[in-house]
Amino acid sequence: MKHLLSTEDLSLANAIRILDTAEEMAAVGDREVKKLPALRGRTVVNLFFEDSTRTRISFEAAAKRLSADVINFAAKGSSVSKGESLKDTAQTLSAMGADAVVIRHWASGAPHRLAATDWIDAAVINAGDGTHEHPTQALLDAFTMRRHWARLAGTGSEGADLKGMRVAIAGDVLHSRVARSNVWLLRTLGADVTLVAPPTLLPIGVEKWPCKVSYNMDETIEQGVDAVMMLRVQGERMNASFFPSTREYSRRWGFDDNRLRALDALGMKDTIIMHPGPMNRGLEISAAAADSPRSTVLAQVRNGVSVRMAALYLLLSGDTREPAATPALAYTGTHSTKESN
Amino acid sequence: MAGNTGTYLIRGASILGGEPADLLIRDGVIAETGTGLSAEGAIVIDGAGLVALPGMVDVHTHLREPGREDAETVETGTRAAALGGYTAVHAMANSTPVADTAGVVEQVYTLGQKAGWVDVRPVGAVTVGLAGEQLAELGAMADSRARVRMFSDDGICVHDPVLMRRALEYVKAFDGVVAQHAQEPRLTAGAQMNEGEVSAVLGLAGWPAVAEESIIARDVLLAQHVRSRLHVCHVSTAGSVEIIRWAKERGINVTAEVTPHHLLLTDDLVRSYDPVYKVNPPLRTDADVQALRAGLADGTIDVVGTDHAPHPSEHKECEWARAAMGMTGLETALSVVQHTMIETGLFTWADFARVTSAAAAKIGRLEDQGRPLEAGEPANVILVDPAARWTVEPSRMATMGRNSPFKGMELPGKVVATFFKGHPTVLDGALNTPYPHAASVGAA
Repeated sequence: MKHLLSTEDLSLANAIRILDTAEEMAAVGDREVKKLPALRGRTVVNLFFEDSTRTRISFEAAAKRLSADVINFAAKGSSVSKGESLKDTAQTLSAMGADAVVIRHWASGAPHRLAATDWIDAAVINAGDGTHEHPTQALLDAFTMRRHWARLAGTGSEGADLKGMRVAIAGDVLHSRVARSNVWLLRTLGADVTLVAPPTLLPIGVEKWPCKVSYNMDETIEQGVDAVMMLRVQGERMNASFFPSTREYSRRWGFDDNRLRALDALGMKDTIIMHPGPMNRGLEISAAAADSPRSTVLAQVRNGVSVRMAALYLLLSGDTREPAATPALAYTGTHSTKESN
Repeated sequence: MAGNTGTYLIRGASILGGEPADLLIRDGVIAETGTGLSAEGAIVIDGAGLVALPGMVDVHTHLREPGREDAETVETGTRAAALGGYTAVHAMANSTPVADTAGVVEQVYTLGQKAGWVDVRPVGAVTVGLAGEQLAELGAMADSRARVRMFSDDGICVHDPVLMRRALEYVKAFDGVVAQHAQEPRLTAGAQMNEGEVSAVLGLAGWPAVAEESIIARDVLLAQHVRSRLHVCHVSTAGSVEIIRWAKERGINVTAEVTPHHLLLTDDLVRSYDPVYKVNPPLRTDADVQALRAGLADGTIDVVGTDHAPHPSEHKECEWARAAMGMTGLETALSVVQHTMIETGLFTWADFARVTSAAAAKIGRLEDQGRPLEAGEPANVILVDPAARWTVEPSRMATMGRNSPFKGMELPGKVVATFFKGHPTVLDGALNTPYPHAASVGAA
């Protein structure tokens, strides 16, 4: 695993390794000094071609907790806005000695281009590309679900998967990189996934995905669900005839107060409500649902830093085919063996 | 036709894949065919093991000149054509300025004559500036020295049904044909690749087959209604093949073309996000590939057109969504068609000659191209080594474009010689010299 580009090609062993390492990283956050020297002297570039304050600061926090040097490169107001190509940008960063590039791009596949070409030799982490994938989001979602699932089972998270967990992912699947990354990763971890969406917001070809598809939110809830993940829906989709109005969308596909009550009425006391943020309160999720004890929205944000620390650590600190290093090793490691940069 | 182009005796080449025979080429024409021919002073070419075919005719070539000489010029594009076994190409109209006036088509025609590698027959734009709003002066282009017979807004669909109807009607006045780029624009806004299983996974905006098929269905009905001649560019879906088959059964005057890349490649390649596989129409599924091969084999699809579309490297070395659409094809077409049609048993070399030469010349109304290899016919002839195997290396091609999707593939078949109007533009598999009268063209 030289890069983290997608969850589609992420093996179960690597997924579990990242999640287990993230648990260890989370423990660092509970310490008085929230910092490891693991990536001292390494340079992580946040290369953002698309605005995303949340994801960028999460990666920045993760890299800094590992003592890496962080360079933030936003396309706006940069050489990119002067017409510089991705190739030239990548080669420039390479010349400056970037060890890892965290890339967010509006074009699906841009991280794959960086990884597949000889423009740059750094480790590439996909921080969201177009409508393709957002693997660290799926990993932090899985991390959040795994903790919940393990707590219910009365066991520890480490080494655990999500077998038997019923997860509904609801909303604009067609345009969602979060949905795609979650479908692949949850399949790998053994969860049962149901996509809930208006037919217009499901891609042609979805029938080949390893999940069920439903057009009915209430039925999905009635059949029993352990986690409901609401996807952000953009009001502009209405203008392209994906749905008639935001109100109709909200009634049919949103997680509103009635559906929140339905969980209680059906006795699903342990079902969690997830959202990758930023939320459209009142559109895909009601304020009561977002603020309920079932909501894991803030836990997801917190876990995002741990998962991104794990990804950066595993990609930058030596042979990732070996079992995950312990934090103790991370404390002592001085990293004399750099990867081929 | 007669020109002082010398005398060549090809000995023992398999004529259209049939029995070996000799071909005597003298002063621009095939002077004699038979066995045991001899001619004093003739340059003798050993044709043993080679197949003699009529020079190939491309109905769909982008030569980029005028306007994008950084991508290709008439000179470089026609060198590539000669090396690929072509003796005529139709230069598409989407240059800058657009080939929508007699002046521009005559310029391209003259550039082709000066280059001297193949016949360059300009395609005229259907609408002014390819804007789809107003008919270009089709009659003036038809009457020009370029004698335009094929009209196309290729790259853009003539999507307005009234405009398409009028164009089809109008070209009847001079035996023209409208070559449609069938792509419903609203169904393909922002489209990046074939819409299906692969696009769903890759998160690239889908390009549904129905966007092509609905336009073809409409256009064959329009052609029937106004009793005109329709050509469908680069058919890419199984459904399109079915619609065209249906139209031909009803006697509608429609011809269709398929590209070599649509006969071989599928949208699975897009998983690499390498824009060398980005093309319009997009690569489709294996079921489409098989239907296209079957359609070409049974005559539903009339011709192979390369849609040769060279691009500067910076237009491909970028993100998929930013990249230009198109692939080079002139120097690989023969090999890809041999690989997909002949080596699969779907085709004989005579079939090959039909779809790469005779039918193409007929669509473009090129009287001296696509002719039988018989005495008295213009000597547009190629010699092919069907046993050759070669690995595609774009940097060694004559085209300026390096965007070949076949890069690294081992393909069969090699053009050994190309005779253009009796003159060898290619000998021993390498460029020779242009047609000798070329230099004097346009010098005044």
